[in-house]
Amino acid sequence: MRARVLIRPKAGILDPQGQAVERALPALGFEGVRNVHVGRLVELDVEDPAQLPAMCEQLLANPLVEDFQIQRPDADGSHQNEGPDDPRG
Amino acid sequence: MKFGVIQFPGSCDERDALHAASLVGDAVLLWHRDHDLQGVDAVIVPGGFSYGDYLRAGALARFSPLMGEVERFARHGGLVLGICNGFQVLCEAALLPGALLPNTSLRFVCRQVELDVVNADTKWTGACERGDRLSIPAKHQTGRYWAPDPVLDELEANGQVVLRYATGNGFNGSARDIAGVSNRAGNVVGLMPHPEHAVDPLTGSADGLRLFESAALIAAHPTDFTEPTSPSRLRRPAQASAGTGAGGHR
Repeated sequence: MRARVLIRPKAGILDPQGQAVERALPALGFEGVRNVHVGRLVELDVEDPAQLPAMCEQLLANPLVEDFQIQRPDADGSHQNEGPDDPRG
Repeated sequence: MKFGVIQFPGSCDERDALHAASLVGDAVLLWHRDHDLQGVDAVIVPGGFSYGDYLRAGALARFSPLMGEVERFARHGGLVLGICNGFQVLCEAALLPGALLPNTSLRFVCRQVELDVVNADTKWTGACERGDRLSIPAKHQTGRYWAPDPVLDELEANGQVVLRYATGNGFNGSARDIAGVSNRAGNVVGLMPHPEHAVDPLTGSADGLRLFESAALIAAHPTDFTEPTSPSRLRRPAQASAGTGAGGHR
């Protein structure tokens, strides 16, 4: 089964990458952009999706400093979240 | 005194670490795929870019077979020093508390820094005195030390903050200017600056040698080495427990 893992810096931890992107956008004329955060996307085929949370805890994310969200495709191919909600909403 | 320096694919400071260790004892190179620490008295996890820093710095190296041996060695009181990428590896392995994040500048920075010795009671700083100033080069892009505030408070209370960037020398955004930390027992130490690059006055400073001399001091008192909780060589009462305390994230 195809799955996606979204990994992002935990809320409250300084994210200089997000800040740099946020500062760059107005320079291109894109105004009104706030709270930019840059993370990682890991796509993978897994035989046992039940192992995904453990994979995230042990390797794909560092739970001390990163949140992760597991997405699995619905029947129509779009992805549905099943990980913890993004604390920033 | 026999030091072992681990080589991972992507390590680049293992030769300098070998040279530095050889100035105070014997030193051998250990290949990360091996399962044998070759009877060394101390392990150095060197700087560089193990596994190309893929995923996160240090995240993949911690799964090398030899790291399993290092974890066992460390939990039994063995002396382990992580330098730069080695510090990142030890944090990922939860042998040290906290994590290293990208510098706030997002830039690779290479400069000589002044460090204050905060705790001279660890196995890797015993040849120093509290308050000593060490001049050592730092070179990294992912060296911003971070841990939750309650963990930082605990580290300070336990004496696990070993080295700080001296006033005006911090450049990477590290919490509380922390440059190096230890585990609770003080046998495992990690730092971002490179003591192995500062072992000869020819290159500006020999202050880094003090860390290697500290380990050699411990090896000369094997009781301390095999009994990590022994307070005999410590100037303050030793912390009772081994391991990382509350800081490990796994």
